[in-house]
Amino acid sequence: MNWTFFYKLGSPKWFYDISGRWLPWFAVATVLLLAVGVVWGLAFAPEDYQQGNSFRIIYIHVPAAFVAQSCYVMLAVAGTIGLVWRMKLADVALQCAAPIGAWMTFIALVTGAIWGKPTWGTYWVWDARLTSMLILLFLYFGIIALGQAISNRDTAAKATAVLAIVGVINIPIIKYSVDWWNTLHQPATFKVTAKPAMPMEMWLPLLLTVLGFYALFTVSLLMRMRLEVLRREQRTRWVREEMEKHA
Amino acid sequence: MNALADFIAMGGHGPYVWSAYAITFVVLLLNVVQPWLARRQLVKEEARRLRREVR
Repeated sequence: MNWTFFYKLGSPKWFYDISGRWLPWFAVATVLLLAVGVVWGLAFAPEDYQQGNSFRIIYIHVPAAFVAQSCYVMLAVAGTIGLVWRMKLADVALQCAAPIGAWMTFIALVTGAIWGKPTWGTYWVWDARLTSMLILLFLYFGIIALGQAISNRDTAAKATAVLAIVGVINIPIIKYSVDWWNTLHQPATFKVTAKPAMPMEMWLPLLLTVLGFYALFTVSLLMRMRLEVLRREQRTRWVREEMEKHA
Repeated sequence: MNALADFIAMGGHGPYVWSAYAITFVVLLLNVVQPWLARRQLVKEEARRLRREVR
């Protein structure tokens, strides 16, 4: 197998060039997917027979929760790559993805609370799913704080990578919380093995907004990573040349 | 009641649905605008530094 791509991936300049080419496509995909998905979900998807219109919050709540959890898994993977292969770009990815993941967790928690009021009669309960999501938010805060508190870049990279890897235990807890404990929270909407538990005209817009959230996550991540790469490589010749283009 | 008012009212769930969407929209926008502004700032500072060095 040809491993050169792996070394290229470690090269900040290569990443900067290729991500610059990808970024516009992800941006277009984000706008299209979210616009179509949200309008479809808000205006055209049928009302839920039990929850009425409040269920329309699902079109932002579920995608945010998905990205929040995937993002954390990504942090753990990036942390592992950073620790094992000393790839600097892995640390850039970890540091840049953490705030986005925290924001996605925030969206999932807030929209969930707002949805909870008309559905369960309360904004918050110390339910297994809700509590484990709150822990996810605190894990993100921990990673962000740790990354900023240590001034030595290599030490900070190691410390945040370890925290990201240890904290990944929370992800299966979130996922199975609705099965392991009796919770108010409804079970999973998406299942790989089963047909969706909702009619197609409700489910398709959800699929679109989920993909849209992932696309937006990618856009935000690439923008942050490109910025961080420019900052870290400030002294190199290619960054100077890149900056001279704008000067 | 016309269709638009019905749509906005969401059968009484309007305040919940619209506040959830509004908060989400602001947060998502923030996540794209903030790195964009930071990049502009960095490019501006670097350009100034480069000009100073040339002189």
